[in-house]
Amino acid sequence: MTEEIKNSNWKLRKGQIIAARQMTPTEKWFDIKLEDGDLDHEPGQFVQVELYGIGEAPISVCSSPTKRGSFELTVRAAGRLTKHMHSMDTGDWLGIRGPFGKPFPVKLMTGNDLLFVAGGLGIAPLRSLINYVIDNRREFGKVDILLGCKTPADMLFGDEIAGWQKRLDVNFSCTVDRTAPDWKGNVGLITSLIPGVTINPEKTFGVVVGPPIMYKFVIAELLKKQLPERQIILSLERHMKCGMGKCGHCQIDHPKNYYCCKDGPTFTYEEVKDAKKL
Amino acid sequence: MNYHILQKSSLDAFIKGLAKKMKVFAPVAKGDNNFAFQEVTTAGEIALLYIPTILPPKKYFMPQREKLLDFDISKGKPEDTASVDAPEIALFGVHTCDLAGIQSLNMVFSEKPRDYNYLRRKENIFILGLECNDYCDGHASCALVGNHYPNGGYDLFFTDLGDRFIVHVGTHKGAELAEGLGLPKAATADLAALDKVREHKKTAFQNEIGVDPKKLPGIMAKGVESAVWKDVGSRCVSCGNCTNVCPTCYCFDMTDTINLDMKTGSRNRTWDSCQYETFAAVAGGENFRHERAERQRHRYLRKFKYSVDRFYRFFCTGCGRCTRTCMAKINLKDTLKALAAESSSVGH
Repeated sequence: MTEEIKNSNWKLRKGQIIAARQMTPTEKWFDIKLEDGDLDHEPGQFVQVELYGIGEAPISVCSSPTKRGSFELTVRAAGRLTKHMHSMDTGDWLGIRGPFGKPFPVKLMTGNDLLFVAGGLGIAPLRSLINYVIDNRREFGKVDILLGCKTPADMLFGDEIAGWQKRLDVNFSCTVDRTAPDWKGNVGLITSLIPGVTINPEKTFGVVVGPPIMYKFVIAELLKKQLPERQIILSLERHMKCGMGKCGHCQIDHPKNYYCCKDGPTFTYEEVKDAKKL
Repeated sequence: MNYHILQKSSLDAFIKGLAKKMKVFAPVAKGDNNFAFQEVTTAGEIALLYIPTILPPKKYFMPQREKLLDFDISKGKPEDTASVDAPEIALFGVHTCDLAGIQSLNMVFSEKPRDYNYLRRKENIFILGLECNDYCDGHASCALVGNHYPNGGYDLFFTDLGDRFIVHVGTHKGAELAEGLGLPKAATADLAALDKVREHKKTAFQNEIGVDPKKLPGIMAKGVESAVWKDVGSRCVSCGNCTNVCPTCYCFDMTDTINLDMKTGSRNRTWDSCQYETFAAVAGGENFRHERAERQRHRYLRKFKYSVDRFYRFFCTGCGRCTRTCMAKINLKDTLKALAAESSSVGH
């Protein structure tokens, strides 16, 4: 009685790695071309990556939709699947479901100033938005990018960031928790950079992406700057297993019982401030 | 008036006739007051008086393990196909609590993006409900959530009138079967007998915790920080029995299986439980529900608060299975009573 389900939402799009680069000992970057066309994602969305025989994991898309023909992922070797993915290279195939999730509210941000705050691997999902904004630069006001890493060696997208630093239409600052001999920049937590940024709270969106521990402190600084809660945008981390708001793994302990995969991963602080954990 | 009559003496012929068309599954006694839905071919095998089965009929709609994809990676570029086994089957003797459970799951899996594996199977399952004329045991709380009466969700619905069943027709498919088997229409006396059963139930079934069910979502919201969860969490052993036997728990996991040829394999879905320690953990190391108390609270919120917000109904059907199966004697009715008492004592 077995029948084929042609429109199954479990079916996978086939992607081939067209470029890959080890960025740090723990992070590897992949450029992936889908055989059926563009991913057609929006900044802040994620995909489910299937390594056949190993399983699936949710990964943020780190490239902007303005880049056509392929999309990029930056993968930290944290679990079983991602460790295996680090052994993959150009020419290898994988399965893709998605894009999934609510993107960053790009339309609402149009015409406003933007303050990006990225901690660690948070730069990966945020890069999809930063590059989108840079590619559509005249549609936005002032742009500040604050980046924090553990050490200079942990910095991702170094070449690209050097390009951001040179641009006249973007203010970029970076800090590291622990310095290194050749480091000439700031040393300290990312929160130390925020007081130095001039904000017009009425027309600024703060977009914050980083490890859960970072949110509390960065949000406190932004609130001190009078930034309204609904103009602080976060991208939350949960185990988004099915991507369709069903499997239950990514549900957030919050009165509104959000599913991170469907109602998020991007939220305004106003939406999620009552969550047990951000 | 779409009621038919089936004499109890004809039940065996009815089951045998049905079994010729499709596999029939019904509650069967397994000893020690345990029952299980399994395949039957005669009426003699069926336990007409039974307390909720160990596993609810959920297992036919959402099997404990099912294949979502077959894949082949032998040719470089992977290939995969999605298929489903959706045999035509009949479930006989489904109580109203379990009908409510199936209705809940239908809502979840019909929501977009749709789950066609579930939906195809559902289309092919013929449901014959069976009324409880009295309580099964002291663990049920069906009256609290209004599931002691039928609320739809069946093709045919049977009520025991002593020597005969009165059979309500719920769907066209049900009507075709009843008429095809030549079941006579119910007479006025039969309908009066049904009214009597329902009248008896008005007193036999009483709100089990004495709390207005409309207040439950509010009680849940208010009780998020309650010490009740600490107590429940201190006893819970995270075995996941409560969620496995729940007719509305549908959380799942997905895993790949690679065949011995190392070229082909499958992607499979299995039941999962929010009670397991790693359920809400992420690869980076954070666990968003690390404590047992948090996980138990989550389970109750999904039954009495979240589901009401999302689907306008309780995802507790009142079947009592979680209480019956709990090794740590965590009791649903006691937990609700404790939360309600706390909620009314701390003001509004």
